[in-house]
Amino acid sequence: MKKFVQVEDVGMRFDTKKGPFVALRDVDLAIEKGEFIALIGHSGCGKSTLLNLIAGLTVPTDGVLICDGREIAGPGPEREVVFQNHSLLPWLTCFENVYLAVERVFGAKEGKPKLKLRTQEALALVGLTHAEQKYPHEISGGMKQRVGIARALSMQPKVLLMDEPFGALDALTRARLQDELMKICDATGATVVMVTHDVDEAVLLSDRIVMMTNGPAATIGEILKVELPRPRNRLELAHDPRYIDYRAAVLSFLYEKQAHHEKQAA
Amino acid sequence: MSAITFEKALEAGAAAAVAEPAVVAVARSEPAASAASTASVASSAVPVARDGGAPSPKPESRAGEWLRAAARATLPPAIGLAVMIGIWYLATLSAGGSLPGPVQTWEAAVKLFADPFYSNGPNDQGIGWNVLSSLQRVGIGFGIAALIGIPLGFLLGRFATLSSMVNPIISLLRPVSPLAWLPIGLLVFKKADPAATWTIFICSIWPMIMNTAQGVTRVPSDYMNVARVLNLSEWKIFTKILFPAVLPYMLTGIRLSIGTAWLVIVAAEMLTGGVGIGFWVWDEWNNLKVEHIIIAIFVIGIVGLLLEQMLIAIAKRFSYE
Ligand SMILES: Nc1ncnc2c1ncn2[C@@H]1O[C@H](COP(=O)(O)OP(=O)(O)OP(=O)(O)O)[C@@H](O)[C@H]1O
Ligand SMILES: [Mg+2]
Repeated sequence: MKKFVQVEDVGMRFDTKKGPFVALRDVDLAIEKGEFIALIGHSGCGKSTLLNLIAGLTVPTDGVLICDGREIAGPGPEREVVFQNHSLLPWLTCFENVYLAVERVFGAKEGKPKLKLRTQEALALVGLTHAEQKYPHEISGGMKQRVGIARALSMQPKVLLMDEPFGALDALTRARLQDELMKICDATGATVVMVTHDVDEAVLLSDRIVMMTNGPAATIGEILKVELPRPRNRLELAHDPRYIDYRAAVLSFLYEKQAHHEKQAA
Repeated sequence: MSAITFEKALEAGAAAAVAEPAVVAVARSEPAASAASTASVASSAVPVARDGGAPSPKPESRAGEWLRAAARATLPPAIGLAVMIGIWYLATLSAGGSLPGPVQTWEAAVKLFADPFYSNGPNDQGIGWNVLSSLQRVGIGFGIAALIGIPLGFLLGRFATLSSMVNPIISLLRPVSPLAWLPIGLLVFKKADPAATWTIFICSIWPMIMNTAQGVTRVPSDYMNVARVLNLSEWKIFTKILFPAVLPYMLTGIRLSIGTAWLVIVAAEMLTGGVGIGFWVWDEWNNLKVEHIIIAIFVIGIVGLLLEQMLIAIAKRFSYE
Protein backbone atom coordinates (compact mmCIF):
# COMPACT_ATOMS: atom_id res chain seq x y z
CA MET A 1 0.00 0.00 0.00
CA LYS A 2 1.14 3.55 -0.72
CA LYS A 3 2.66 5.43 2.18
CA PHE A 4 0.79 8.66 2.81
CA VAL A 5 2.88 10.37 5.46
CA GLN A 6 6.58 9.64 5.62
CA VAL A 7 8.91 10.70 8.39
CA GLU A 8 12.46 10.04 7.22
CA ASP A 9 15.48 10.19 9.53
CA VAL A 10 14.03 13.15 11.33
CA GLY A 11 15.93 14.82 14.13
CA MET A 12 14.93 17.86 16.11
CA ARG A 13 17.36 20.01 17.99
CA PHE A 14 16.32 23.03 20.03
CA ASP A 15 18.75 25.85 20.66
CA THR A 16 18.33 26.69 24.30
CA LYS A 17 20.23 29.04 26.59
CA LYS A 18 22.22 26.09 27.91
CA GLY A 19 23.21 25.09 24.40
CA PRO A 20 21.63 22.73 21.87
CA PHE A 21 19.08 20.23 23.15
CA VAL A 22 18.39 17.18 21.01
CA ALA A 23 14.75 16.24 21.49
CA LEU A 24 14.37 13.72 18.67
CA ARG A 25 16.83 11.68 16.62
CA ASP A 26 16.55 9.20 13.74
CA VAL A 27 12.77 9.05 13.71
CA ASP A 28 11.53 6.91 10.84
CA LEU A 29 7.85 6.29 10.33
CA ALA A 30 5.66 5.61 7.35
CA ILE A 31 1.93 6.01 7.74
CA GLU A 32 -0.60 4.53 5.35
CA LYS A 33 -3.67 6.26 4.11
CA GLY A 34 -6.56 5.75 6.51
CA GLU A 35 -4.34 4.38 9.23
CA PHE A 36 -4.84 5.27 12.89
CA ILE A 37 -1.54 5.76 14.72
CA ALA A 38 -1.21 6.27 18.46
CA LEU A 39 1.95 7.96 19.77
CA ILE A 40 2.70 6.90 23.31
CA GLY A 41 5.63 7.56 25.61
CA HIS A 42 6.58 9.13 28.89
CA SER A 43 6.03 12.81 29.47
CA GLY A 44 8.58 15.03 27.80
CA CYS A 45 9.87 12.41 25.38
CA GLY A 46 8.97 14.41 22.31
CA LYS A 47 5.50 13.33 21.22
CA SER A 48 4.21 16.85 20.78
CA THR A 49 7.41 17.76 19.01
CA LEU A 50 6.89 14.97 16.48
CA LEU A 51 3.25 15.91 16.00
CA ASN A 52 4.15 19.57 15.44
CA LEU A 53 6.69 18.47 12.85
CA ILE A 54 4.05 16.53 10.94
CA ALA A 55 1.70 19.51 11.27
CA GLY A 56 4.41 21.73 9.83
CA LEU A 57 4.31 24.10 12.79
CA THR A 58 8.03 23.49 13.24
CA VAL A 59 10.67 22.38 10.75
CA PRO A 60 13.07 19.55 11.55
CA THR A 61 16.78 20.20 11.99
CA ASP A 62 17.55 16.85 10.34
CA GLY A 63 15.76 14.66 7.85
CA VAL A 64 12.60 15.28 5.92
CA LEU A 65 8.85 14.82 6.26
CA ILE A 66 6.64 14.06 3.30
CA CYS A 67 2.88 14.15 2.99
CA ASP A 68 1.09 12.93 -0.11
CA GLY A 69 4.32 12.98 -2.11
CA ARG A 70 5.27 16.53 -1.16
CA GLU A 71 7.71 17.78 1.44
CA ILE A 72 6.06 19.35 4.50
CA ALA A 73 7.32 22.93 4.60
CA GLY A 74 4.58 24.50 6.73
CA PRO A 75 1.05 23.98 7.96
CA GLY A 76 -1.41 22.99 5.27
CA PRO A 77 -5.16 22.50 5.01
CA GLU A 78 -4.75 18.78 4.33
CA ARG A 79 -3.25 18.34 7.82
CA GLU A 80 -5.43 19.56 10.63
CA VAL A 81 -4.50 19.74 14.30
CA VAL A 82 -6.64 19.21 17.38
CA PHE A 83 -4.60 20.99 20.03
CA GLN A 84 -4.03 19.58 23.47
CA ASN A 85 -5.85 22.55 25.02
CA HIS A 86 -8.54 22.86 22.31
CA SER A 87 -7.38 26.42 21.42
CA LEU A 88 -10.79 27.85 20.62
CA LEU A 89 -10.91 31.59 20.13
CA PRO A 90 -12.75 32.87 23.22
CA TRP A 91 -14.36 35.85 21.47
CA LEU A 92 -16.08 33.69 18.86
CA THR A 93 -19.08 31.43 19.41
CA CYS A 94 -18.72 27.71 18.81
CA PHE A 95 -20.37 28.20 15.45
CA GLU A 96 -18.03 31.04 14.50
CA ASN A 97 -14.98 29.09 15.62
CA VAL A 98 -15.85 26.27 13.24
CA TYR A 99 -17.06 28.63 10.53
CA LEU A 100 -13.68 30.36 10.47
CA ALA A 101 -12.08 27.07 9.48
CA VAL A 102 -14.80 26.08 7.02
CA GLU A 103 -14.68 29.46 5.33
CA ARG A 104 -10.93 29.19 4.89
CA VAL A 105 -11.05 25.82 3.15
CA PHE A 106 -14.28 26.04 1.16
CA GLY A 107 -14.93 29.79 1.02
CA ALA A 108 -13.42 30.21 -2.43
CA LYS A 109 -15.74 27.70 -4.09
CA GLU A 110 -18.94 27.72 -2.07
CA GLY A 111 -21.55 30.28 -1.07
CA LYS A 112 -22.45 31.31 2.45
CA PRO A 113 -25.48 28.99 2.88
CA LYS A 114 -23.33 25.99 1.97
CA LEU A 115 -20.60 27.06 4.36
CA LYS A 116 -23.12 27.48 7.17
CA LEU A 117 -24.53 24.06 6.42
CA ARG A 118 -21.07 22.52 6.62
CA THR A 119 -20.48 24.22 9.97
CA GLN A 120 -23.78 22.94 11.34
CA GLU A 121 -23.03 19.44 10.10
CA ALA A 122 -19.64 19.43 11.79
CA LEU A 123 -21.13 20.53 15.10
CA ALA A 124 -23.96 18.01 14.76
CA LEU A 125 -21.37 15.30 14.24
CA VAL A 126 -19.97 15.89 17.71
CA GLY A 127 -23.47 16.38 19.17
CA LEU A 128 -23.23 20.09 19.83
CA THR A 129 -26.05 21.54 17.75
CA HIS A 130 -27.62 22.97 20.89
CA ALA A 131 -24.44 24.84 21.84
CA GLU A 132 -23.79 26.51 18.48
CA GLN A 133 -24.35 30.06 19.71
CA LYS A 134 -22.51 29.65 23.00
CA TYR A 135 -19.09 31.08 23.72
CA PRO A 136 -16.25 28.76 24.76
CA HIS A 137 -16.34 29.98 28.36
CA GLU A 138 -20.02 29.03 28.56
CA ILE A 139 -19.49 25.35 27.82
CA SER A 140 -17.78 22.50 29.62
CA GLY A 141 -14.26 21.26 29.00
CA GLY A 142 -15.48 18.20 27.15
CA MET A 143 -17.70 20.32 24.94
CA LYS A 144 -14.81 22.63 24.12
CA GLN A 145 -12.74 19.64 23.16
CA ARG A 146 -15.54 18.47 20.88
CA VAL A 147 -15.76 21.88 19.21
CA GLY A 148 -12.01 21.63 18.60
CA ILE A 149 -12.55 18.24 17.01
CA ALA A 150 -15.49 19.57 14.98
CA ARG A 151 -13.33 22.43 13.74
CA ALA A 152 -10.64 20.04 12.58
CA LEU A 153 -13.11 17.61 11.02
CA SER A 154 -15.06 20.36 9.24
CA MET A 155 -12.05 21.04 7.07
CA GLN A 156 -12.12 17.45 5.84
CA PRO A 157 -8.39 17.06 6.35
CA LYS A 158 -6.61 14.09 4.85
CA VAL A 159 -4.56 13.84 8.03
CA LEU A 160 -5.92 14.52 11.48
CA LEU A 161 -3.29 15.26 14.12
CA MET A 162 -4.49 15.11 17.70
CA ASP A 163 -2.41 16.00 20.74
CA GLU A 164 -3.95 14.27 23.75
CA PRO A 165 -7.40 15.37 22.63
CA PHE A 166 -9.15 13.58 25.48
CA GLY A 167 -6.45 14.10 28.08
CA ALA A 168 -8.33 16.46 30.37
CA LEU A 169 -11.70 14.73 30.21
CA ASP A 170 -13.51 12.52 32.68
CA ALA A 171 -13.67 8.82 31.90
CA LEU A 172 -17.30 8.83 30.71
CA THR A 173 -16.95 11.73 28.30
CA ARG A 174 -13.69 10.32 27.10
CA ALA A 175 -15.24 6.96 26.29
CA ARG A 176 -18.08 8.62 24.39
CA LEU A 177 -15.73 10.77 22.36
CA GLN A 178 -13.51 7.79 21.59
CA ASP A 179 -16.52 5.94 20.21
CA GLU A 180 -17.54 8.98 18.19
CA LEU A 181 -14.04 9.35 16.83
CA MET A 182 -13.95 5.71 15.73
CA LYS A 183 -17.24 6.16 13.89
CA ILE A 184 -16.03 9.34 12.20
CA CYS A 185 -12.81 7.70 11.09
CA ASP A 186 -14.72 4.75 9.66
CA ALA A 187 -17.01 7.12 7.80
CA THR A 188 -14.40 9.52 6.43
CA GLY A 189 -11.38 7.27 6.09
CA ALA A 190 -9.14 9.95 7.62
CA THR A 191 -5.56 9.24 8.51
CA VAL A 192 -5.03 9.94 12.20
CA VAL A 193 -2.00 10.47 14.39
CA MET A 194 -2.98 10.76 18.01
CA VAL A 195 -0.76 11.47 21.00
CA THR A 196 -1.98 9.80 24.16
CA HIS A 197 -0.91 8.83 27.65
CA ASP A 198 -3.68 6.31 27.97
CA VAL A 199 -2.77 2.69 27.17
CA ASP A 200 -6.40 1.55 26.83
CA GLU A 201 -7.15 4.39 24.48
CA ALA A 202 -4.15 3.53 22.33
CA VAL A 203 -5.10 -0.15 22.01
CA LEU A 204 -8.78 0.54 21.47
CA LEU A 205 -8.38 3.13 18.72
CA SER A 206 -5.25 2.43 16.76
CA ASP A 207 -3.98 0.23 13.99
CA ARG A 208 -0.43 0.73 15.17
CA ILE A 209 0.96 1.99 18.43
CA VAL A 210 4.23 3.89 18.11
CA MET A 211 6.10 3.72 21.40
CA MET A 212 8.80 6.27 21.99
CA THR A 213 11.91 5.96 24.12
CA ASN A 214 12.63 8.49 26.80
CA GLY A 215 14.28 11.78 25.99
CA PRO A 216 16.57 13.49 25.52
CA ALA A 217 17.31 12.32 21.99
CA ALA A 218 14.20 10.20 21.93
CA THR A 219 13.33 7.97 19.05
CA ILE A 220 10.85 5.25 18.18
CA GLY A 221 11.43 2.28 20.47
CA GLU A 222 8.86 -0.22 19.26
CA ILE A 223 5.89 -0.30 16.96
CA LEU A 224 2.99 -2.55 17.92
CA LYS A 225 0.52 -3.60 15.27
CA VAL A 226 -2.97 -3.90 16.75
CA GLU A 227 -4.86 -6.45 14.69
CA LEU A 228 -8.27 -6.29 16.27
CA PRO A 229 -11.24 -6.35 13.91
CA ARG A 230 -13.30 -3.19 13.43
CA PRO A 231 -15.76 -1.94 14.47
CA ARG A 232 -14.40 -2.35 17.97
CA ASN A 233 -16.49 -2.50 21.07
CA ARG A 234 -14.89 -1.59 24.36
CA LEU A 235 -17.03 -3.93 26.42
CA GLU A 236 -16.35 -6.99 24.29
CA LEU A 237 -12.66 -6.15 24.02
CA ALA A 238 -12.23 -5.91 27.78
CA HIS A 239 -12.18 -9.72 27.99
CA ASP A 240 -10.56 -10.40 24.63
CA PRO A 241 -7.20 -12.14 25.27
CA ARG A 242 -5.60 -10.37 22.29
CA TYR A 243 -6.63 -7.01 23.70
CA ILE A 244 -5.18 -7.95 27.07
CA ASP A 245 -1.92 -9.04 25.40
CA TYR A 246 -1.58 -5.79 23.45
CA ARG A 247 -2.24 -3.84 26.58
CA ALA A 248 0.37 -5.81 28.49
CA ALA A 249 2.89 -5.26 25.70
CA VAL A 250 2.51 -1.50 25.83
CA LEU A 251 2.59 -1.46 29.62
CA SER A 252 5.73 -3.54 29.69
CA PHE A 253 7.40 -1.18 27.22
CA LEU A 254 6.48 1.85 29.27
CA TYR A 255 7.10 0.54 32.76
CA GLU A 256 9.83 -2.07 32.31
CA LYS A 257 11.93 -1.17 29.30
CA GLN A 258 11.64 2.61 29.67
CA ALA A 259 11.03 2.84 33.39
CA HIS A 260 14.60 3.29 34.60
CA HIS A 261 15.09 6.38 32.43
CA GLU A 262 12.12 8.10 33.86
CA LYS A 263 13.91 10.02 36.58
CA GLN A 264 16.72 10.96 34.26
CA ALA A 265 14.31 12.42 31.73
CA ALA A 266 12.31 14.43 34.20
CA MET B 1 6.89 45.05 31.77
CA SER B 2 3.48 44.30 33.18
CA ALA B 3 0.58 46.66 32.74
CA ILE B 4 0.51 47.35 36.46
CA THR B 5 4.08 48.50 36.90
CA PHE B 6 3.62 50.44 33.73
CA GLU B 7 0.55 52.11 35.18
CA LYS B 8 2.40 52.96 38.38
CA ALA B 9 5.31 54.39 36.46
CA LEU B 10 2.95 56.54 34.46
CA GLU B 11 1.16 57.84 37.49
CA ALA B 12 4.45 58.75 39.05
CA GLY B 13 5.46 60.44 35.82
CA ALA B 14 2.19 62.31 35.56
CA ALA B 15 2.32 63.42 39.18
CA ALA B 16 5.82 64.71 38.60
CA ALA B 17 4.60 66.44 35.47
CA VAL B 18 1.84 68.24 37.30
CA ALA B 19 4.08 69.18 40.16
CA GLU B 20 6.37 70.97 37.75
CA PRO B 21 4.34 74.13 37.24
CA ALA B 22 5.12 74.85 40.87
CA VAL B 23 8.48 76.02 39.63
CA VAL B 24 6.81 78.20 37.05
CA ALA B 25 4.43 79.51 39.66
CA VAL B 26 7.29 80.68 41.84
CA ALA B 27 8.89 82.28 38.83
CA ARG B 28 5.71 84.22 38.30
CA SER B 29 6.29 85.67 41.77
CA GLU B 30 3.19 84.13 43.30
CA PRO B 31 3.06 82.84 46.89
CA ALA B 32 4.72 79.46 47.31
CA ALA B 33 1.45 78.11 48.70
CA SER B 34 0.28 77.64 45.12
CA ALA B 35 2.75 74.80 44.76
CA ALA B 36 0.87 72.89 47.45
CA SER B 37 -2.49 73.46 45.83
CA THR B 38 -1.20 72.39 42.42
CA ALA B 39 0.21 69.20 43.86
CA SER B 40 -3.03 68.40 45.65
CA VAL B 41 -4.89 68.53 42.32
CA ALA B 42 -2.63 65.78 41.12
CA SER B 43 -2.76 63.62 44.18
CA SER B 44 -6.50 63.93 44.78
CA ALA B 45 -7.54 62.84 41.31
CA VAL B 46 -5.82 59.48 41.41
CA PRO B 47 -6.97 57.88 44.69
CA VAL B 48 -10.55 59.02 44.14
CA ALA B 49 -10.56 57.32 40.77
CA ARG B 50 -9.12 54.11 42.24
CA ASP B 51 -11.65 53.85 45.05
CA GLY B 52 -14.47 54.16 42.55
CA GLY B 53 -13.89 50.57 41.44
CA ALA B 54 -15.41 49.11 44.64
CA PRO B 55 -18.02 46.41 43.90
CA SER B 56 -21.66 47.44 44.17
CA PRO B 57 -23.96 45.58 46.58
CA LYS B 58 -25.19 42.18 45.44
CA PRO B 59 -28.94 41.74 44.94
CA GLU B 60 -30.45 39.82 47.88
CA SER B 61 -33.85 38.25 48.00
CA ARG B 62 -34.97 39.47 51.43
CA ALA B 63 -35.40 43.17 52.09
CA GLY B 64 -33.53 43.03 55.40
CA GLU B 65 -30.54 41.36 53.84
CA TRP B 66 -30.63 43.86 51.06
CA LEU B 67 -30.73 46.81 53.44
CA ARG B 68 -27.86 45.42 55.45
CA ALA B 69 -25.83 44.87 52.31
CA ALA B 70 -26.61 48.38 51.09
CA ALA B 71 -25.57 49.80 54.42
CA ARG B 72 -22.37 47.79 54.37
CA ALA B 73 -21.56 49.12 50.92
CA THR B 74 -22.44 52.79 51.47
CA LEU B 75 -21.69 53.33 55.13
CA PRO B 76 -17.88 53.09 55.15
CA PRO B 77 -17.42 55.50 52.20
CA ALA B 78 -19.91 57.90 53.82
CA ILE B 79 -18.03 57.77 57.11
CA GLY B 80 -14.76 58.30 55.28
CA LEU B 81 -16.15 61.34 53.55
CA ALA B 82 -17.55 62.71 56.82
CA VAL B 83 -14.17 62.27 58.52
CA MET B 84 -12.44 64.05 55.66
CA ILE B 85 -14.84 66.99 55.88
CA GLY B 86 -14.40 67.03 59.66
CA ILE B 87 -10.61 67.23 59.35
CA TRP B 88 -11.01 69.92 56.73
CA TYR B 89 -13.27 71.87 59.11
CA LEU B 90 -10.79 71.57 61.98
CA ALA B 91 -7.95 72.58 59.69
CA THR B 92 -9.77 75.73 58.65
CA LEU B 93 -10.40 76.59 62.30
CA SER B 94 -6.72 76.37 63.14
CA ALA B 95 -5.67 78.14 59.92
CA GLY B 96 -7.55 81.19 61.12
CA GLY B 97 -9.77 82.05 58.18
CA SER B 98 -7.17 81.97 55.37
CA LEU B 99 -8.59 78.61 54.19
CA PRO B 100 -12.32 78.48 53.47
CA GLY B 101 -14.22 75.84 55.45
CA PRO B 102 -16.79 73.29 54.22
CA VAL B 103 -19.78 75.57 54.84
CA GLN B 104 -18.26 78.52 53.08
CA THR B 105 -17.25 76.32 50.15
CA TRP B 106 -20.69 74.76 49.95
CA GLU B 107 -22.32 78.16 49.77
CA ALA B 108 -19.92 79.24 47.05
CA ALA B 109 -20.61 76.03 45.15
CA VAL B 110 -24.36 76.54 45.28
CA LYS B 111 -23.90 80.02 43.80
CA LEU B 112 -21.42 78.74 41.22
CA PHE B 113 -23.54 75.86 40.00
CA ALA B 114 -26.68 77.95 39.83
CA ASP B 115 -25.39 79.22 36.49
CA PRO B 116 -22.54 77.06 35.22
CA PHE B 117 -22.95 78.10 31.59
CA TYR B 118 -22.77 81.89 31.58
CA SER B 119 -20.35 83.65 29.28
CA ASN B 120 -19.02 87.18 29.72
CA GLY B 121 -16.30 87.15 27.11
CA PRO B 122 -13.37 84.74 26.80
CA ASN B 123 -11.91 85.39 30.25
CA ASP B 124 -15.08 85.12 32.32
CA GLN B 125 -17.12 82.00 31.66
CA GLY B 126 -19.11 79.58 33.80
CA ILE B 127 -17.42 76.54 35.33
CA GLY B 128 -19.40 74.29 32.95
CA TRP B 129 -17.80 75.93 29.92
CA ASN B 130 -14.37 75.65 31.52
CA VAL B 131 -14.77 71.94 32.18
CA LEU B 132 -16.15 71.36 28.70
CA SER B 133 -13.32 73.14 26.95
CA SER B 134 -10.78 71.18 28.99
CA LEU B 135 -12.57 67.99 28.04
CA GLN B 136 -12.56 69.07 24.42
CA ARG B 137 -8.80 69.61 24.44
CA VAL B 138 -8.31 66.24 26.09
CA GLY B 139 -10.63 64.65 23.54
CA ILE B 140 -8.85 66.10 20.52
CA GLY B 141 -5.33 65.48 21.80
CA PHE B 142 -6.22 62.00 22.94
CA GLY B 143 -8.10 61.21 19.72
CA ILE B 144 -5.15 62.10 17.51
CA ALA B 145 -2.85 60.15 19.84
CA ALA B 146 -5.14 57.11 19.56
CA LEU B 147 -5.25 57.35 15.77
CA ILE B 148 -1.47 57.26 15.62
CA GLY B 149 -0.56 55.32 18.77
CA ILE B 150 -2.80 52.28 18.38
CA PRO B 151 -1.81 51.35 14.80
CA LEU B 152 1.81 52.06 15.70
CA GLY B 153 1.47 49.76 18.70
CA PHE B 154 0.16 46.97 16.44
CA LEU B 155 3.07 47.42 14.05
CA LEU B 156 5.63 47.43 16.87
CA GLY B 157 4.11 44.30 18.37
CA ARG B 158 3.97 42.44 15.06
CA PHE B 159 7.37 43.36 13.63
CA ALA B 160 10.33 42.84 15.95
CA THR B 161 12.81 44.81 13.84
CA LEU B 162 10.60 47.87 13.83
CA SER B 163 10.14 47.51 17.55
CA SER B 164 13.88 47.37 18.25
CA MET B 165 14.25 50.44 16.02
CA VAL B 166 11.59 52.52 17.76
CA ASN B 167 11.84 51.25 21.35
CA PRO B 168 14.97 53.24 22.31
CA ILE B 169 13.28 56.42 21.11
CA ILE B 170 10.17 55.66 23.12
CA SER B 171 12.19 54.81 26.22
CA LEU B 172 14.02 58.11 25.87
CA LEU B 173 10.95 60.28 25.34
CA ARG B 174 8.41 58.59 27.59
CA PRO B 175 9.87 59.71 30.95
CA VAL B 176 9.95 63.33 29.78
CA SER B 177 7.27 65.47 31.40
CA PRO B 178 4.72 66.33 28.71
CA LEU B 179 4.93 69.94 29.86
CA ALA B 180 8.48 70.07 28.57
CA TRP B 181 6.93 69.76 25.13
CA LEU B 182 4.69 72.76 25.65
CA PRO B 183 7.21 75.37 24.43
CA ILE B 184 7.77 73.30 21.29
CA GLY B 185 4.01 73.33 20.75
CA LEU B 186 3.87 77.09 21.28
CA LEU B 187 6.73 77.55 18.85
CA VAL B 188 5.21 75.37 16.14
CA PHE B 189 1.54 76.34 16.48
CA LYS B 190 2.07 79.97 17.55
CA LYS B 191 -1.10 79.72 19.66
CA ALA B 192 -1.84 78.58 23.17
CA ASP B 193 -4.82 76.35 22.46
CA PRO B 194 -3.24 73.89 19.99
CA ALA B 195 -0.11 73.89 22.15
CA ALA B 196 -2.13 72.56 25.10
CA THR B 197 -3.72 69.96 22.83
CA TRP B 198 -0.26 69.02 21.62
CA THR B 199 0.84 68.44 25.21
CA ILE B 200 -2.13 66.15 25.72
CA PHE B 201 -1.25 64.33 22.52
CA ILE B 202 2.31 63.72 23.72
CA CYS B 203 1.34 62.49 27.16
CA SER B 204 -1.43 60.17 25.99
CA ILE B 205 0.35 58.52 23.08
CA TRP B 206 2.88 56.49 25.10
CA PRO B 207 0.53 54.28 27.11
CA MET B 208 -1.42 53.43 23.98
CA ILE B 209 1.67 52.52 21.95
CA MET B 210 3.20 50.49 24.76
CA ASN B 211 0.08 48.66 25.89
CA THR B 212 -1.04 47.83 22.37
CA ALA B 213 2.41 46.58 21.42
CA GLN B 214 2.62 44.55 24.61
CA GLY B 215 -0.83 43.10 23.92
CA VAL B 216 0.25 41.98 20.46
CA THR B 217 3.36 40.22 21.76
CA ARG B 218 1.29 38.63 24.53
CA VAL B 219 -1.26 37.05 22.18
CA PRO B 220 -1.12 33.39 23.26
CA SER B 221 0.96 31.36 20.83
CA ASP B 222 -1.94 28.86 20.79
CA TYR B 223 -4.08 31.36 18.94
CA MET B 224 -1.30 32.13 16.49
CA ASN B 225 -0.85 28.40 15.94
CA VAL B 226 -4.56 28.16 15.15
CA ALA B 227 -4.04 30.93 12.61
CA ARG B 228 -1.13 29.05 11.08
CA VAL B 229 -2.88 25.69 10.99
CA LEU B 230 -6.00 27.22 9.46
CA ASN B 231 -3.69 29.18 7.15
CA LEU B 232 -5.66 32.39 7.69
CA SER B 233 -4.97 35.48 5.63
CA GLU B 234 -3.16 38.43 7.26
CA TRP B 235 -6.49 40.34 7.31
CA LYS B 236 -8.35 37.48 9.01
CA ILE B 237 -5.53 37.10 11.51
CA PHE B 238 -5.92 40.77 12.33
CA THR B 239 -9.71 40.87 12.60
CA LYS B 240 -10.35 37.47 14.14
CA ILE B 241 -7.32 36.95 16.37
CA LEU B 242 -5.01 39.92 16.84
CA PHE B 243 -7.59 42.65 17.34
CA PRO B 244 -9.88 40.82 19.81
CA ALA B 245 -6.91 39.45 21.73
CA VAL B 246 -5.28 42.86 22.01
CA LEU B 247 -8.47 44.79 22.75
CA PRO B 248 -8.26 44.47 26.56
CA TYR B 249 -4.65 45.71 26.52
CA MET B 250 -5.63 48.50 24.18
CA LEU B 251 -8.43 49.59 26.49
CA THR B 252 -6.01 49.60 29.42
CA GLY B 253 -3.76 51.86 27.39
CA ILE B 254 -6.68 54.14 26.59
CA ARG B 255 -7.68 54.28 30.23
CA LEU B 256 -4.16 55.19 31.34
CA SER B 257 -3.90 57.76 28.56
CA ILE B 258 -7.10 59.53 29.45
CA GLY B 259 -6.22 59.49 33.14
CA THR B 260 -2.82 61.04 32.44
CA ALA B 261 -4.30 63.50 29.96
CA TRP B 262 -6.77 64.68 32.56
CA LEU B 263 -3.94 65.20 35.04
CA VAL B 264 -1.82 67.07 32.53
CA ILE B 265 -4.50 69.32 31.05
CA VAL B 266 -4.94 71.21 34.31
CA ALA B 267 -1.24 71.99 34.47
CA ALA B 268 -1.00 72.82 30.78
CA GLU B 269 -3.91 75.22 30.94
CA MET B 270 -2.40 76.99 33.91
CA LEU B 271 0.51 77.81 31.66
CA THR B 272 -1.34 78.59 28.44
CA GLY B 273 -4.40 80.44 29.76
CA GLY B 274 -7.64 80.72 27.81
CA VAL B 275 -10.84 78.90 28.78
CA GLY B 276 -10.38 75.68 30.73
CA ILE B 277 -10.57 74.30 34.24
CA GLY B 278 -6.82 74.63 34.78
CA PHE B 279 -6.84 78.23 33.76
CA TRP B 280 -9.93 78.80 35.86
CA VAL B 281 -8.10 77.52 38.94
CA TRP B 282 -5.27 79.90 38.22
CA ASP B 283 -7.64 82.80 37.63
CA GLU B 284 -9.50 82.19 40.87
CA TRP B 285 -6.15 82.11 42.68
CA ASN B 286 -5.37 85.51 41.22
CA ASN B 287 -8.79 86.68 42.42
CA LEU B 288 -8.02 85.07 45.79
CA LYS B 289 -11.26 83.04 45.68
CA VAL B 290 -9.78 80.04 47.44
CA GLU B 291 -13.18 78.37 47.95
CA HIS B 292 -13.48 78.21 44.15
CA ILE B 293 -10.15 76.45 43.96
CA ILE B 294 -11.41 73.85 46.41
CA ILE B 295 -14.56 73.45 44.32
CA ALA B 296 -12.37 73.04 41.24
CA ILE B 297 -10.41 70.30 42.97
CA PHE B 298 -13.65 68.41 43.61
CA VAL B 299 -14.88 69.00 40.06
CA ILE B 300 -11.61 67.81 38.55
CA GLY B 301 -11.68 64.74 40.79
CA ILE B 302 -15.27 63.91 39.91
CA VAL B 303 -14.76 64.35 36.16
CA GLY B 304 -11.65 62.17 36.34
CA LEU B 305 -13.60 59.55 38.27
CA LEU B 306 -16.42 59.58 35.71
CA LEU B 307 -13.98 59.24 32.82
CA GLU B 308 -12.33 56.29 34.52
CA GLN B 309 -15.65 54.60 35.34
CA MET B 310 -16.84 55.08 31.76
CA LEU B 311 -13.72 53.42 30.38
CA ILE B 312 -13.92 50.60 32.91
CA ALA B 313 -17.51 49.99 31.79
CA ILE B 314 -16.41 49.90 28.15
CA ALA B 315 -13.57 47.51 28.99
CA LYS B 316 -16.03 45.21 30.81
CA ARG B 317 -18.29 45.23 27.80
CA PHE B 318 -15.42 43.95 25.65
CA SER B 319 -13.93 41.41 28.02
CA TYR B 320 -14.75 37.95 26.82
CA GLU B 321 -13.95 35.83 29.85
N1 LIG C 1 10.70 25.08 21.93
C1 LIG C 1 11.47 24.28 22.67
N2 LIG C 1 12.68 24.69 23.10
C2 LIG C 1 13.46 23.89 23.84
N3 LIG C 1 13.13 22.66 24.22
C3 LIG C 1 11.94 22.19 23.84
C4 LIG C 1 11.04 22.98 23.05
N4 LIG C 1 9.93 22.25 22.82
C5 LIG C 1 10.13 21.08 23.45
N5 LIG C 1 11.32 21.03 24.05
C6 LIG C 1 11.88 19.90 24.80
O1 LIG C 1 11.73 18.77 24.01
C7 LIG C 1 11.34 17.65 24.81
C8 LIG C 1 10.08 17.04 24.25
O2 LIG C 1 8.99 17.95 24.43
P1 LIG C 1 7.52 17.56 24.01
O3 LIG C 1 6.67 18.72 24.29
O4 LIG C 1 7.53 17.07 22.61
O5 LIG C 1 7.18 16.38 25.00
P2 LIG C 1 5.86 15.46 25.07
O6 LIG C 1 6.29 14.08 24.77
O7 LIG C 1 4.80 16.05 24.25
O8 LIG C 1 5.51 15.59 26.60
P3 LIG C 1 4.05 15.55 27.28
O9 LIG C 1 3.56 14.18 27.20
O10 LIG C 1 4.33 15.97 28.69
O11 LIG C 1 3.19 16.55 26.54
C9 LIG C 1 11.19 18.16 26.22
O12 LIG C 1 12.34 17.79 26.96
C10 LIG C 1 11.12 19.64 26.07
O13 LIG C 1 11.71 20.26 27.16
MG1 LIG D 1 2.87 17.06 24.67
